[in-house]
Amino acid sequence: MSIIEAPATSLRVLRFDRVQRGAHWANALLFFSLMVTAIPLYFGSFFGIVWPRHLIEMIHLWSGLALPLPIIISLIGPWGKAMRRDVRRINYWTREEIRWVRTLGRSTLEADKFNPGQKLNAIFVSASILVMLVTGAMLQWFRFFPVSWRPGATFVHDLFAYAIFFAVFGHIVLALTHRNALRSIFKGWVSRSWAERHAARWLREERPDNTEL
Amino acid sequence: MSVESRRGTAKTPPNDVNVGRRVFLGLAALGALGVAFGNSVQNFLGDVVGSGLGGLLPGGDRFRIYSITGAYPKISRDKYRLKVSGLVDHPTTFTLADLQSMPKTSFTKAFQCVTGWRVPDVPWEGVKLSDLLDHVGVKSGAVAVSFDSYDNADTESLTLEQAHLPDVIVAYSMLGAPVTTEHGGPVRLYVAPMFGYKSLKWLSGIRVVDVIEPGFWEQNGYPVNGWLDGTTGPNNPDPGLT
Repeated sequence: MSIIEAPATSLRVLRFDRVQRGAHWANALLFFSLMVTAIPLYFGSFFGIVWPRHLIEMIHLWSGLALPLPIIISLIGPWGKAMRRDVRRINYWTREEIRWVRTLGRSTLEADKFNPGQKLNAIFVSASILVMLVTGAMLQWFRFFPVSWRPGATFVHDLFAYAIFFAVFGHIVLALTHRNALRSIFKGWVSRSWAERHAARWLREERPDNTEL
Repeated sequence: MSVESRRGTAKTPPNDVNVGRRVFLGLAALGALGVAFGNSVQNFLGDVVGSGLGGLLPGGDRFRIYSITGAYPKISRDKYRLKVSGLVDHPTTFTLADLQSMPKTSFTKAFQCVTGWRVPDVPWEGVKLSDLLDHVGVKSGAVAVSFDSYDNADTESLTLEQAHLPDVIVAYSMLGAPVTTEHGGPVRLYVAPMFGYKSLKWLSGIRVVDVIEPGFWEQNGYPVNGWLDGTTGPNNPDPGLT
């Protein structure tokens, strides 16, 4: 055990293990597929398309049905330890973190592995998956739901679609402007100095090492 | 290990708040409320900005394409046939050219879906349903008109009186071009004063009948008389409501 454990002075620490990186990119691929197919479905006649609409619908439908799988698969089972630990970190907030959101980032905060904004994004994404899945099912299998739900389901699917487009856009902009954090979703690790500056509490509480790099 | 000591580990200190669960459940509740009351919100938006949520975005006030079967029947323009039958003097099968040789009616009117979206200012062109019915001659005893679709799933109906409204047409052109397959071409129904589900796509047959046969959407719960203003009687405005 002590042989494979990284020394405390290692310059790299593991931020996302392989399971988490795989789940992230599978999730991202499905979101990409859903968003790309959503555009012609929403604005089909705007683009004047005559190409296989049915195929686009099927891609959208199956991507949607598959959407919860990366998260669920990465959470359950013996491989999901890091994922489950991060879900707990995302869910449980300290008083300081709540105050940080209330003061719009003006109060001091010893940053966790994820800052409150990142945590909110993760919570929003997971709730959106549920809401889009349920309202999407209502639209696809409308015969099994009261017709009076159809306008509401359409409305909610639209509303969350707009919100998701903004959230994903913001996520990508922030990722591209934070290269150290961005590297960790490709390679798994961040430099210890970065973690000391941006995730001090995580470093202190979990003592992450680079054993899984 | 007791509950206290487990909660007291570094991972979840006792002072911590499960914000994740609160926000997650809050958003899920927002979604449920939206399903329940979204229609009212859409109607409010419709009154304020003239369209549903989609209208707030550029390009958003556009058609959403629905299909009951998931398929889009593709009928070539020269193979298209419209069979008019039932309580008529001269049962007739029309080709597209037949329809186009009849007196043309064109106007620009909105398409309003019952699910909340609306496309303003759509140019429509076709034959008045009343002209078509006059052409074949309606027998006495007829009270309604039933419509069939090439998708073999959708059906619709109108009372004879509704069928004679001047803005109820058998349309072969919309948006300034022949009706596309997505929009129900080559020929579809357009019932301007009612919600979009009454404007049956891929029109294959018109049957003049002696009883109102509720169509596909009516069998699934939408009003038989789908007036845009929400009145549900056979006439608009419904004399029974005033």
